[in-house]
Parts: sequence; C-alpha cells; structure tokens
Amino acid sequence: MANKIPRVAMREQDPAIRATNFEEVCYGYNQEEAMLEATRCLQCKNPRCVAACPVNISIPEFIAALRDGDLQRAADTIARDSSLPSVCGRVCPQETQCEGSCILGIKGEPVAIGKLERFVGDWKLEHGASVQPAAERRAGRVAVVGSGPAGLACASDLAKKGYEVKIFEALHKVGGVLVYGIPEFRLPKQRIVAREIAQVEQLGVEIETDVIVGRTLTVDSLLDEEGYDAVFIGSGAGLPRFMGIPGENLNGVVSANEFLTRANLMHAYDADYDTPIYVGRRVAVVGGGNVAMDSIRTARRLGAESTIVYRRSEKELPARAEEVHHAREEGIEFRMLTNPVEVLGDERGWVRALRCVEMELGEPDESGRRSPVAKPGSEFEIPCDVVIMALGTSPNPLIASTTAGLETSRRGCITADADGATTREGVFAGGDAVTGAATVILAMGAGRTAARAIEAYLESRNGKTPLK
Amino acid sequence: MYPILEKRRLAEGIYLMKILAPRVARSARPGQFVIVRTDERGERIPLTVADYDPAQGSVTIVTQTIGVSTRRICSLDAGQSLADFAGPLGRPSEFIALSDEELRGKRFVFIAGGVGTAPVYPQVKWLHEHGAQVDVIIGAKTRDMLIFTDAMRAVATNLYIATDDGSEGFHGLVTQLLEKLIAEGKRYDECVAIGPMIMMKFVALTTKKYALRTTVSLNALMVDGTGMCGACRVTVGGKTRFTCVEGPEFDAHEVDFDEAMRRQGMYRSEEQRRAAIEAERAAGHKCRIGLDQ
Repeated sequence: MANKIPRVAMREQDPAIRATNFEEVCYGYNQEEAMLEATRCLQCKNPRCVAACPVNISIPEFIAALRDGDLQRAADTIARDSSLPSVCGRVCPQETQCEGSCILGIKGEPVAIGKLERFVGDWKLEHGASVQPAAERRAGRVAVVGSGPAGLACASDLAKKGYEVKIFEALHKVGGVLVYGIPEFRLPKQRIVAREIAQVEQLGVEIETDVIVGRTLTVDSLLDEEGYDAVFIGSGAGLPRFMGIPGENLNGVVSANEFLTRANLMHAYDADYDTPIYVGRRVAVVGGGNVAMDSIRTARRLGAESTIVYRRSEKELPARAEEVHHAREEGIEFRMLTNPVEVLGDERGWVRALRCVEMELGEPDESGRRSPVAKPGSEFEIPCDVVIMALGTSPNPLIASTTAGLETSRRGCITADADGATTREGVFAGGDAVTGAATVILAMGAGRTAARAIEAYLESRNGKTPLK
Repeated sequence: MYPILEKRRLAEGIYLMKILAPRVARSARPGQFVIVRTDERGERIPLTVADYDPAQGSVTIVTQTIGVSTRRICSLDAGQSLADFAGPLGRPSEFIALSDEELRGKRFVFIAGGVGTAPVYPQVKWLHEHGAQVDVIIGAKTRDMLIFTDAMRAVATNLYIATDDGSEGFHGLVTQLLEKLIAEGKRYDECVAIGPMIMMKFVALTTKKYALRTTVSLNALMVDGTGMCGACRVTVGGKTRFTCVEGPEFDAHEVDFDEAMRRQGMYRSEEQRRAAIEAERAAGHKCRIGLDQ
C-alpha cells in the first residue's frame, strides 16, 4: 500500500543568494529522501505516467526498485528507454508529462517523478556500473551530425550495438543545447553534462569538434568520401527569430541564443574568459518559454533588473512551471498580456525602452490557445537597456541546402518519417532539425528511434552485401 | 589543436599565419571565413580566409591587433597551436559559380583597405586563374602599412596603390583613385570592396554614381558563426540578413552601413573595460573596488 505522506520537499538554494550566483538551484534528493518519496507511488496497474512520457520510461518499475533500495536496477530500468536521465530529470516539463498524469495529482501532489529520475541518473553517473564498448563489432560506420541530445542518444545506442560511430560537432564544445543553451544553474556542465558525454565516449564513440556539416564537410562527402554507410542529422534548431518590429537592430537587442551562448558556452559571466556580454541596468526578455526564463534568470544573476514580457496570460506560459516559480522567487517581474510594438533607441542607437501594447485574450486559435488581441490606445513604455528576443528559431538551411535529395517541409525543417528516415537513402534525422524547437526528451527519443532504423538499414545492407 | 606552421609580421600590428587545418583547406573557397579560438578562455573570432592550400592542408589568415583576442592570436608563434579553427563559413563569392567562358570577358576592380587586403587576395587569384581581367586598388594610411602588394602584383592585371599621406602611389583615398581611373577611361563590370566599414560605405556611394555593381564583405560581430546567434544581423535592402549564413558578401548598394558600423561597436566599451583590467593585472595591480569581478 502506498505511503500517504505529503510529497517530499526539494531542498533548494535560497532565492536571494542564488540570484547572485550560477550554482544549481535545486540540490536534489538524497537517497533517504528519494526512497521515501518513492513510497508514495501507487504502482498503478495501468500507469498513466508511462503513457504520458515521450519515451515511455517504465516509471512505476524504476520507482519500485528505488523504493527497495536497488539503485542499479532502478538505473537499468530507466536506461532501457532513456539515455540521459540526469538531464531529463532536470529539464523535462514533468507537469505536462509524467507528473501531469499521476493519479495522486488529482487530489494532491503527484509523485516527484522528475526528481526521482534525476536522483537515479546522478547515482548512476557517480556509482553505476561503468559502461563498456560493445563486445561484438558489427559491420557499419555511422556519422552523427550534432552532439546535442538527439545525436548523443543515437550515437550511444548504435555504439552499444557494435557499430562504428563518429559524432561531428560544429562548435568547439560537445553537448549542443545542453552546453550552449541551458544555463549552469539548471544543468551543471562539469558534474552532469560532461559525465554523460564521457559515458558516450566510453562506448567507443569518437567525437570531432569544429566540423560544420554543410560547410567543412557535406552529407555527400561523409557518404562518398569518408566512407560512412549512414548519416544521422541531429543538428538542432537553427536561426533565432525576431519580431519584425521597428528598432530590432538597435544596439542592445540580442537573441536569446546569442545571450545564452555568450553566458553558457563562452562563460562570459566569468572575468577570466574573454567573451563579452552586456546586460546594462535593466533587461526585458520577450517570450514565455524555457529559453525566455533561462535568459531572464541569467540576466538577473548578472545584476540586472529583469522583466519578462509575454503576450498571453500566465496560464499560457509555455515554460516549465518550476522555472516560472523559481524566476518569481528570484525577483523577476512578469508583464503578462503585453506585446512589444517597437524598440526605442537613444541618439547613439542604443536601446532605451520597449514600447508595448496591452493585450486581452480573444477567441481560441488553431492551437487551441486563446489568441491575444491588442487593446486600442493602451501603448506604454518599459524602460530598459537590453532587449532579449526569446521567440524560438527557424531551421538552419546549411545542411538541407548542401545535400542533394534531402527534402524539407514548407517551414524548412528536414522531412523524416516516424522512424527518422529522410527522403535520401541512408540519411536519417531527428530532434529539432526535424520538428522545430522542442524538448530534450523528444530529441533524445528521436535519436533512439532513428538508431533502431539505422540498425535495420545497416543489417539489410549487410544482408545484401556479405562481409568481406 | 591546429598548429601554426608559419608566422610573419606584415606591418605594424598585422601578422600572417599559416594554420594546419586540412579539412578547412580542402573546402575553402574565396569569400569565406573561419572562426578562430586561441585557447579554452578565448573568444570565437571570425577572420576572412586569406589563402588556402589543399595539398599542404593549410589555411592562411591575417590578423590585425585591435582587441584582447586579436592580440592574443598575434602573440602566438609558429610551432604553437590554436585551440579551434572552424570553417569554412559563409557563402563563397558569387563569381565562383560563373564558368570560365563567362569570366573571360569580365572586368573586375577590387578595392582593398588595410587588413582587408588579405581576403581580397584569394578572390583576385581565383579570377586571374579563370581568365578574368582584375584591377586592384590597395589603400593604406602610409607605405609601411601596405600588405600583400607583391602577392597581389602577381595575380592582378593592374595594381594601383593609394596612401593617405602619399608615401607611396596615389596621394589620397581609394575612392578618389577609383574616380581618377574611371575618368581616365577605365571601365569595369564589377567592383568588390573589402576593408574598414567606413571605406566600404564610401566605395558604395562612389560606385553608385557610376551604376557599377559592387560587392562588399562585412566583418560583423559573431559568436558561433553558423547561424545560431544572430549577432551578425545586418540590414540589406531593408531586410534583416545574417552575415554568417547569408553573407559575408552583400550588394554594397543595399547595405545599411551606418547601422552596421554602430552594431560593430556594441561590445566595444565592454571589451575596452576588460582590456584595461587585463593590462592592470599584468602590471601587478590588484583592484580594490571590485572592478575586476
């Protein structure tokens, strides 16, 4: 019988202190806390949480193992479906996935599935059985483009099967959005990301940085000249979107991608690194997603007065509930139902304010969300020195435009079927490059699905052409 | 790591380096650039390719010391290495898509200013090898700051030099020299200008008068250089374009140079602050009011 105790509280850094540093916000459960929280799980016969998980982790099973103190079994259970539990436990939007469908959540608090996953993942990085390269090699060389969640997941699954895998990364550092996008205070780079990557390398996956596929190499040259049998494209989201309002090219207007890349990848907040970052005294971030929250909380930590400007209401904020909650605790101001119409500059061409209009919610649009409509005559100004646009991305054309036979959607995303196969034989794709900006877990899931399809493809080829 | 095969001082504060980067050397084309990082703490610095040799696997870059990071690049010597050398980035010059037939009759004039002379070289070399007529105007403040003159003379149909102080060649600006050449009867089908933004702006204003099609290569601020950050956006023909993936070359008559120049200075005060801190630190000064934090 499940334990009817309240959800075990999560220890966190004090908001006033953490708003001045880049250390991780949540401390995570210790083993005692995790095992106690695990006793709350009802062990449903028809677990709704599993169906709500994008990669269908056997949640009650891993929680039962954790409850019984069998951490290796808990880790192995998760590993069947997820290759990045320490990451996903931290960054998944649990409230709309597993925890959002937990029966306990109907009347009270759902089981803290995300925190439990994180605990198991971290335990595995620290104490789990070390990973080994596959005992048996199979014929087939696979090139993986991009070292983000999709690429890492695809590469590690294929390496476990015994194929020779090499990842090509465009930036100087491995990890994709895990290193350039998500800030340290949400996802520690050394303690978590670097170790996840080290595990992938222990499987025998080779990684080469500074290779921009579409420029340094092409998909064609990988297949024709470098001798790869298949290619997986997990190149990520792409070019930052702007609003198209006047004043967007003033000095002080940056994309969230630029701001976060300077802070995260380039360590601009650390005086020992050379890359500059500018926050001024007051920062306004336009947008309501996780990237918007990451940007504004980074700006706050760099000492700026920080405001979120979002055109819908709080209920529609696409960010994880926990991030919104943490942001509020850290003193971020939220201006809901507010839409920028112009960025205003001073005589030197620097931002001085964001001219906005108040919005109200009208009829639901095709996404089912009530679409915001401007209130006439409601214009006002938010004084600020920096405006960060966190409005999502549009696909990067570099790979599609340099690969013959690779079709893209009307929006420019790479076309791939449910298994990740593109319109070009031997070329597979997954993650944001296919779907447009989405989540880490969906990208990881797509990478794993494609790995199965690549295995099938390689085996059918091996069948046709016997091994020499 | 990318070893520095060769380093040469070309002029005061301007250095040429040959870098071993076989993949980049194999794929590079005229007009493209690379991103360089000296070490773990360094910035990602975009530099236009000055030459490439697929056989040797080397790429040549020319750097002028203008900030902390360019000084750090130039402080390295042959035998040492760069942490990162990524590229080639950006789109190659449009003319490389033309056939030899199409190029043979074409008359180009290149206008190179200061360190911008370096990236002009592979373009002139390409056109020369494909049979085009290429005149080159190199401009510099003074004779000592002229670079690449011998290399350029070998590939240019005619080489003209302009110095601000008249210490070599034409006494005056590259735009005045261009107008003089046109007045003397020179006719061109296309102009390419690479140099300081202010020079490119005035070349654009000048060639517009003659309806001479002109291309410029913009050295915008960048972080990743692959289309991710948008720091390099520039207004061309009233539209926002990304220099890194849609450029770096654009139609000079459509570029909003005033905006581009202003945007180039976006981090200047921050960089100057850091440079000052670094200089103070090097001098053994410890800040007591926390400015180095």
